[in-house]
Parts: sequence; C-alpha cells; structure tokens
Amino acid sequence: MTTAVFIGCSFIAFGPVLALCVCTIAAEPLSLVFLITGGFFWLVSLLLSSLVWFIAVQIGGSNNASVKKNFLIFGVVFSVLLQEVFRFAYYKLLKKANKGLMTVSQEETIPISVRQLSYVSGLGFGIMSGIFSLVNILTDSLGLGSAGIYGDSPQYFLSSAFMTLAIVPLHVFWGIVFFDACEKKKWWAPALVILSHLLVSGLTFLNPQYDGSLVPSYIIMMLMGTWAFFTAGGSLRNLKLCLMCRDKDFLLANQHPR
Amino acid sequence: PTQFIQNTGCKQMLMEMGLLILQNDNSERRRHDNSERRRNDNPESETNGQPQNRAQQVVEQDEEDEELTLKYGAKHVIMLFAPVTLCMVVVVATIKSVSFYTRKDGQLIYTPFTEDTDTVGQRALNSILNAAIMISVIIVMTILLVVLYKYRCYKVIHGWLIISSLLLLFFFSFIYLGEVFKTYNVAMDYITLALMIWNFGVVGMICIHWKGPLRLQQAYLIMISALMALVFIKYLPEWTAWLILAVISVYDLVAVLCPKGPLRMLVETAQERNETLFPALIYSSTMMWLVNMAEEDPEAQRKASKSSTYDKQAAANQIQNEDADMDDGGFNPEWEQQRDSRIGPLESTPESRAAVQALPSNSQASEDPEERGVKLGLGDFIFYSVLVGKASATASGDWNTTLACFVAILIGLCLTLLLLAIFKKALPALPISITFGLVFYFATDNLVQPFMDQLAFHQFYI
Repeated sequence: MTTAVFIGCSFIAFGPVLALCVCTIAAEPLSLVFLITGGFFWLVSLLLSSLVWFIAVQIGGSNNASVKKNFLIFGVVFSVLLQEVFRFAYYKLLKKANKGLMTVSQEETIPISVRQLSYVSGLGFGIMSGIFSLVNILTDSLGLGSAGIYGDSPQYFLSSAFMTLAIVPLHVFWGIVFFDACEKKKWWAPALVILSHLLVSGLTFLNPQYDGSLVPSYIIMMLMGTWAFFTAGGSLRNLKLCLMCRDKDFLLANQHPR
Repeated sequence: PTQFIQNTGCKQMLMEMGLLILQNDNSERRRHDNSERRRNDNPESETNGQPQNRAQQVVEQDEEDEELTLKYGAKHVIMLFAPVTLCMVVVVATIKSVSFYTRKDGQLIYTPFTEDTDTVGQRALNSILNAAIMISVIIVMTILLVVLYKYRCYKVIHGWLIISSLLLLFFFSFIYLGEVFKTYNVAMDYITLALMIWNFGVVGMICIHWKGPLRLQQAYLIMISALMALVFIKYLPEWTAWLILAVISVYDLVAVLCPKGPLRMLVETAQERNETLFPALIYSSTMMWLVNMAEEDPEAQRKASKSSTYDKQAAANQIQNEDADMDDGGFNPEWEQQRDSRIGPLESTPESRAAVQALPSNSQASEDPEERGVKLGLGDFIFYSVLVGKASATASGDWNTTLACFVAILIGLCLTLLLLAIFKKALPALPISITFGLVFYFATDNLVQPFMDQLAFHQFYI
C-alpha cells in the first residue's frame, strides 16, 4: 500500500462531499456551525450505541466468533435506529433554535430555511459517519502491509472508499427527506428512511461479496437522491433550466451578467 | 494563564466603518434595526450582497442589548473556530510527525512526582499531587497578576509578559525548529538558523506587544499557543495531564464567575479603567482601523459635533468636491482602492474623521481603541490544544479519538459563545469544552474504538 492508495481512496470517498462543502457551506458561517453541530449529534448517537454494544458484549461474555458477530449485528441495528432518533432530535432542536432566533431578532424571515437546514444537517451526519468509518482505514493504507494475504479481499481499501462514497450522500438525502416529512407530518416517509438505512447497513453484512452490498447500495442512493430532489422542490423542468444555464432565479441570486 | 472570553461590546462606541472581517454578511446588517432607521435608510444596499453602508452605525447605549444578542452570531463563532482549529491542527501535526514531543524526557519541576510507579494506587496518588501542585502554582500566578494589575504595576506585568514571550518566541521555537529539522533530516547551518530565529522572534515581539497587521498578530498568537501546548504535552505525564485539565476547568469556572474570583476582578478592573487587557494574553478576532487615523482640524470638529447621528453618506455627498483631494487622511491610494473594493466607496473627509473622533471614546491615548469582536484568552487555546494533542498522542483509537475530541471542543466553544450572547459578560471558556473533550476522549477511546474496530474488521457500515 502506498501514498497513491491513500490519496486515491480518500478522494474517492470524500471528494464529492468536499466539493459540496466548498461550494455551499464554506461561504455561510451559519451553515458551518450547523454542520458541525450535526456531526456532534451523530457522534453522540455513536457513543451511546457503542456503550450499549459494549455492555451487551460484557454481559454476554463469550469469546465465540459467531456470537461476537451476532452482538455486532445487534449493535449495528441499534446504532442505525439511534442515529435516526438523533436526526429527529436535531430536527426538534433546530426548530426551537429557529423560533428563538426569530423572536430575538425581530425579523420577519428566519435566517436559514428548514430546507437548507435539512441539507446541512444531513451533510453533517454524513461527514462524521464517513470520517469515522474511513479514517483509521486510510491511515493503515499509508503504512506497511498487504491487504488480503489472509484470505480477505484484496480490494478492502477500494471497497471501503466506495462504500463511504455511497453513505455520505445517502445521509444527505435521508436528512432532506426526513426533515421535509417531519415538517409536513407525513410519518410514512421517516419510516421509509429508517428502513432504507437499515437496508443499506444490512447489505454491508454481505461483505466481502461486494456485488451484493455495493451495487444495491448505489441503487438505493440513486433512488433516495431522486426522492430528495423532488422533495426539495426540484423538477425535470428546473433541472433542464439549470443545466442549460437559463434558470433566472439561480442566475439572479448569483449575479451572473446576462 | 488567563482563560476567559471578554465581551467587549458592553460599553464602547462601535465603528463599523472599519474593515471588520471582510465577509459579506448580510444577516448582521439587518439587525441594526433602530439605529439604522434613524439615518440613511438604504434598504437596497444589502440586497446585492455588498455591504456598502457600513458607515458609522453608532451604537447608542440603550440599543446595545438587542444588538449584542446577535453580535455573537455565527460569524463570531467561525472567527473563533478558525484559529482554534488551526492551533489544534498544528499541534496534532507536530505530535504525529515529530517524535520528540511524545518522548519521555523527564518532567517539569511543577510536577515532581513520577508516574512510573509499581502500583496503580501510587500512580493515582502521585498524579493527584502533581495536579495539586500545578494548580496551586497557576492560582498563585493568577492572583499575583491581579494584584499587580490592581496596584497599577504595569511595568512589572509588561516585563513579565515580555520575558515570557521572549522565551516562547526564541527559545521554544528554536527547539521546535531543531526537532523538525531532525525529523526530516534537513541539514542546516547555525548562521541561517540564527537569522531565521532572530527574524521570527523580533517580528513576533513587535506584533504581539506593539502594533502589527492583525493577521500576523493572530498567527503569532496561535504559534506561541501551539508551542506552549507542545511543551505541556511533552512534559506532563498522562494521568497528571488529564487531572490538570479537569481541575483547571473547575478553577476557570470559579475564578471567572465567583464575585471574588481573581479573573473576574481582573476583567472588572480593566472595564472600570476602560482599558483593554494585555494583547499578549488575548486573542482577538478583529481590530479597528482607527489607529491609523489622521489628525482632524478644528473647524471640521466643530461642524461635526453638531450632529449627533452623523450620516456619512450624505455628508460625503455634500462635501465631495471640497478639499477631499488634498487631505486624504493618511490613506494612500492603494489602501483606499482596496477598501473601496471591499466595503464600497467611502470618503474619508476631515468632517467624517472629526465626527468619528468626536464620538466619546473610552480608550486612553496610549492604548488601541477598543475592539469589536470576540476575544479568547490564550490559555484557552493552550489547554484545548493540550487536550487534543494528548488524545492524538496516547489514544488507542487514534484518529477517531482525536476527531471526537476536536468536534467536542468546537461544540463546547459554540455553546460558550451562545451563553456569552445571552449573559453578556466575561465567561470562562474552558469548562464546557474541556468537559465535553474529556468525556468524549474517554468514551471514544474505551467504547467507540472497539466498536468501530470490529465494524471495520467485518466491513460493516452503520
């Protein structure tokens, strides 16, 4: 493993999200604060779920490999559920904060819209999730060793990077759909989000058969992406206008001379 | 060793004609509701994102409360996030690459008891004693500082600060540079080294203790905080370090919030005397341009003092063709161009300057005019970096733990700034962040790391 693998894998996994951050978050200090707070919420959920897993393992107390794996599966499921609970908690907190900001600032409009908040919070969750999943693996890829000499897959690093590449946008899409559904009180949508999150995590149980886990995850990501796009107010017409640089609102907002 | 955030907005007249931080932040402009309605209402000036009418939004005493609540908005949070992050990044990068700072080469005299003991109980006892000694030293020094300040022994304080910054800027950076060269196997001769260290140190002394570009001063403060943090990381044994961090955040809480706490007395005395605190101990995010302002002439002063709310734009329009060409106020054309491109065209005329100077300013002649923005004590930087540095040096979870501590500290800082906006007085910056940091360090290292390790082993994703 070399620096090339390190750089390659880190950019595969974090390239798109870095581009998203640079283009949309870096200029807005408020968004950056909410991003980091979203990451913090994800971190707290991880902490609590690892606490539960740790206690379960200590109570279960066996050195059997399959028993350990079962405990791990239980830990994963619990963690996914807890993450979604914390996503809901973050939504509640943001609503309260927005209300507070409005009463204090005596303005008519809130400084940041719920849609933007949903995007930012999803991004925060995604970034923390991706970083925690991948960063130790990346550090290992810089060092000495060969992947797969004990019979594991030699594509360990690449597949991890690609999986992270799928997970981060998934969190963004889940965030958008989730918040929108909570706003409109459509409770079937968050249930669907939770189910799809469980599905994606469950598919990773099939690793190292990557065709069983990676390909469906990407399909789910595309589906969630389209769902989030339409939820956020996009439409085929908008897309066409945007791609052909004829979207007047967008252009006005960015002051491009025409 | 001061750790606090000072709310500088409490009583001064704020000049936003200056070059705050050059971001087009519309949300703050909109909040100056009452004060703006009385003067030039240019609602259009904000829609295209150019902060053009930053002119003289004089803050009246009674409107302060509303404005202050949102002064510490997200922009100020980011203005503190950036230097704190930078300091931590420097410390972590050094710890990871230069092995000198993780090698055990003895301990400071403030922590005389060793931690290489036979039993766990002995080790715990030793670390408690070490922490107690260190904290007493810090308490004594803080009380000494407050006493000296109260009895106006400024020379002693300045001498003390100058000696300590000399030590940091020359000696510690010399050691640092030496170790970096050793790590990367760079050949260097003493003459070049002496020249580099001399330049670095002298410019640092000038920037920190006298005047200098804001960014350079901020950079130097970050560097000396990082150097100090590295010294602590190297010479404090493990359990002692964690205990010291915990105890010092309790001390910070007590010292800043209790009525007779030394740091609170320091802040109150400084506010009574309308002085700014020592620049060598505080990181401040902004500075005003008034330091460069030229002398006004008497007629202009009389003319300007008639109007209480001075409309800069209107005045500029009126007197545009007068002797504005002759008297450019000491700004050279390039600076003016730069300023114009950033905050829109302004005219610095004798009247405008006189109006600005006629505003009651509560700064003494020898000090810098009071600054707007948030200030964070250097001790906070140092202890945040010590926490993150120790986490990266000794944690088994490695990067996960470091990142978790980093996020925890940032969120603690965010919460502290939120409390600052609500309570509007000097607050201790250490307790919340260090508590979060410690909780996350121990939790991540012992709970999350095995979990993530197992997940990575099986390549499960959550």
